[in-house]
Amino acid sequence: MENIPAENPGAMDRRQALKWIGAAAAAAAFLPHATAQDKLPRPAGGQRIGWDPVLNRTYAPGELWPLTLTPKQRKAAASLTDLILPPDNPGDKQPSQLGVQDFIDEWISSPYDETAKDRPVIAEGLDWLDAEAQRRFRKDFADLDEPQKCAIADDICGKTAVKKEFKSAQNFFGRFRYLAAGGYYTTPQGWKDIGYVGNVPMVDFPGPTPEALKHLGLA
Amino acid sequence: MAIITEKDLQPTYDVIVVGSGAGGGQSAYTLTMNGVKVLMLEAGRNYDPVTETPMFQSKADAPLRAMSTREKPFGFHDATVDGGWEVPGEPYTQASEDPKQRFFWWRARMLGGRTNHWGRISLRNGPYDFKPYSRDGLGFDWPLSYEDVAPYYDKVEMLVGVYGSNEGLENTPDSPNGTLLPPPKARAGELFVKKHIAKYGMPVIPIHRAILSTRQDHVNFPARLHPNNPKAQKIIAKAMQERAACFWATDCGRGCSIKANYQSTTVHLPPALATGNLDILCNAHAREVTVGADGKANGVIYIDKVTGQERAVKGKAVILAASSGETARILLNSKSSRFPNGLANGSGLVGKYIMDTVGAGLGGSVPAFENMPVHNEEGAGAHVYIPWWLYKDASKLGFARGYHIEFGTGRGMPRLGVGAAGPGYGKSYKEEVRQKYGAGIGFSGRGEMIPNKDSFCELDPAVKDKWGIPVLKFHWKWSEHETKQAAHMHATFAMIIEAIGGKARKPEADGAKAIEPGGYIIHEVGGAIMGADAKKSVTNQWNQCWEVPNLLLNDGSAFCSNADKNPTLTIMALAWRATDHLIEEMRKGNL
Repeated sequence: MENIPAENPGAMDRRQALKWIGAAAAAAAFLPHATAQDKLPRPAGGQRIGWDPVLNRTYAPGELWPLTLTPKQRKAAASLTDLILPPDNPGDKQPSQLGVQDFIDEWISSPYDETAKDRPVIAEGLDWLDAEAQRRFRKDFADLDEPQKCAIADDICGKTAVKKEFKSAQNFFGRFRYLAAGGYYTTPQGWKDIGYVGNVPMVDFPGPTPEALKHLGLA
Repeated sequence: MAIITEKDLQPTYDVIVVGSGAGGGQSAYTLTMNGVKVLMLEAGRNYDPVTETPMFQSKADAPLRAMSTREKPFGFHDATVDGGWEVPGEPYTQASEDPKQRFFWWRARMLGGRTNHWGRISLRNGPYDFKPYSRDGLGFDWPLSYEDVAPYYDKVEMLVGVYGSNEGLENTPDSPNGTLLPPPKARAGELFVKKHIAKYGMPVIPIHRAILSTRQDHVNFPARLHPNNPKAQKIIAKAMQERAACFWATDCGRGCSIKANYQSTTVHLPPALATGNLDILCNAHAREVTVGADGKANGVIYIDKVTGQERAVKGKAVILAASSGETARILLNSKSSRFPNGLANGSGLVGKYIMDTVGAGLGGSVPAFENMPVHNEEGAGAHVYIPWWLYKDASKLGFARGYHIEFGTGRGMPRLGVGAAGPGYGKSYKEEVRQKYGAGIGFSGRGEMIPNKDSFCELDPAVKDKWGIPVLKFHWKWSEHETKQAAHMHATFAMIIEAIGGKARKPEADGAKAIEPGGYIIHEVGGAIMGADAKKSVTNQWNQCWEVPNLLLNDGSAFCSNADKNPTLTIMALAWRATDHLIEEMRKGNL
């Protein structure tokens, strides 16, 4: 497939796919009949996406496999999501109201190897966040006021030098931010926020605006 | 006649077509428009793009934000179902455990096959591409020339609808006036690249893609496609009017419910069915071609995947268009006392000389693209490309042949990874995400592989699929022509990214590391190459097996070279040409 839309996601998907096919091929080498694909690990109590899913409908997190964050972890995740991605425009919702933490939960709870490595990082990181909030302020993270939340986030977000004892918290924060941003900017509000105005039918493709051409010195 | 179940099968057909993609779709179209009664066998399920395509779904509508998974390698919304580099219950094996000697075989078990998700890039092979051996002594010449195929390129372009332009460049053929549809405007980033690499002599020109930028000329095209055939003209005129022009949104890889792009299921099969001459049987996995006492093909044995039972159908001729790997597999599995090594395999070349496209990619970020004024840059895939520009330097490059460059820029639908900016959080972080969004660029090289003796498939002596059919075992090896070309791609992409003031990811000087694995570009061709000599090829120039003249191979299997131009358009042109010849031979009673 030769489609290379913006930022070349096709190529990225090839690389991503190569990672797992490599693993599958390696596994196949140890099986007498090379049918590793028939022996996919099945998670308990949930199903995978499957080879022939209905494509033109909406899937809610938790629909295919159970979500696994505890209520306490979910609360911390919602709160941290809102701290990372605060609404900029009047009328915008908090990312937690858009269910970004549900996506993060779906991600870490999935039966896929690609997401499994995030599970301990995120779940333990959220536990750490509450423990750190308790240690510093005697409250769970979600119950802190904003300056208190920032005090913790500033120590682990990487903007300034991160102390040695916060290294694993920094790793958690980076991964959490990646997922929260990916979860948020893929929603219609996130599209508007980032300046994506596509996915609407047009009679003609208009090409770049005069302002865009000027921006690149092409006008 | 229609999409049928087994109980509606006719006792016999004029032609049985195995496969429903580009080759099978074109074959069935050409046959049925000429009044030939056809049965099409498809190994996958029936699939209807009009009702099944996820057109405007956001990534948030999909599980895991549409991430690439084992079952959906190109992401959740990709059109391919029941397929990919793995198909459950239908394994293939590798001769070597060396990762560099593996071949990754993409299959799509669904009506329309791989045409449902392809990139729609539709480049003609040029005159050089049919005579590569004569030019540099490597590989094989085709037993036909560009001039033989050109009229069929014209017809396929009119039938499926291809946008593009005529640029008059070397070995990059123009189409007759009025054949191509107008190309869409270039995006800001595409124009920026064009401006800054002109100094290297690299042309940035409209790409050719099988997408209706405007509606087709349903008044004039039908008579050009089917002269002296009023019924066919009427049917295709109606079918053309049932296709809408592109509305420049949604990813073509998802398929197209408004039929604005080419997929066999929306373009070839509806008019073929409208003739009343086509039966399509889905979930029918061809196992072997049967041969009569006269040595001619007389039918196909298939597995009814619904019941798991083996069935047989009869036909006066058979066209295999099952994908080149699957076609080779069917031939090798069609053993009889007359053909102990597989059907049409007297040359021993069935399965030999399989090829993919040389692929390598490099991306980077471009500060000039940051903070671009908000505008809609979507427009359904690539609008421009860079054709091979170094024909004159062939002797200096250290590798044979060449490649074209596809690239992507712009403010596409946000996906996971869009917020990879940082560090920090809150308003300043969000500002940085906005600044960097759309500032990425990605280049992909697509180059020619020389056919070699070390790249082939054969039947695995031990492994069978879940239907009990022996599976393919792949052998694969890139030569230095390909790996050096991949290194050249990386160096070129780094040069371009530097020329536009960007920062490239690190280019790979070792081509063996730069090159994508075999099969990864999904341009698998060869395995039953055509030629002028029956001892050195499997088919003649009409895709007709030398030993079995009423058996045609109308997919990519008969390709004896794999130019940098993406193969689908050529598969269709050759399938049309071969099928016209078959019809003529049947009429003359030569078969």
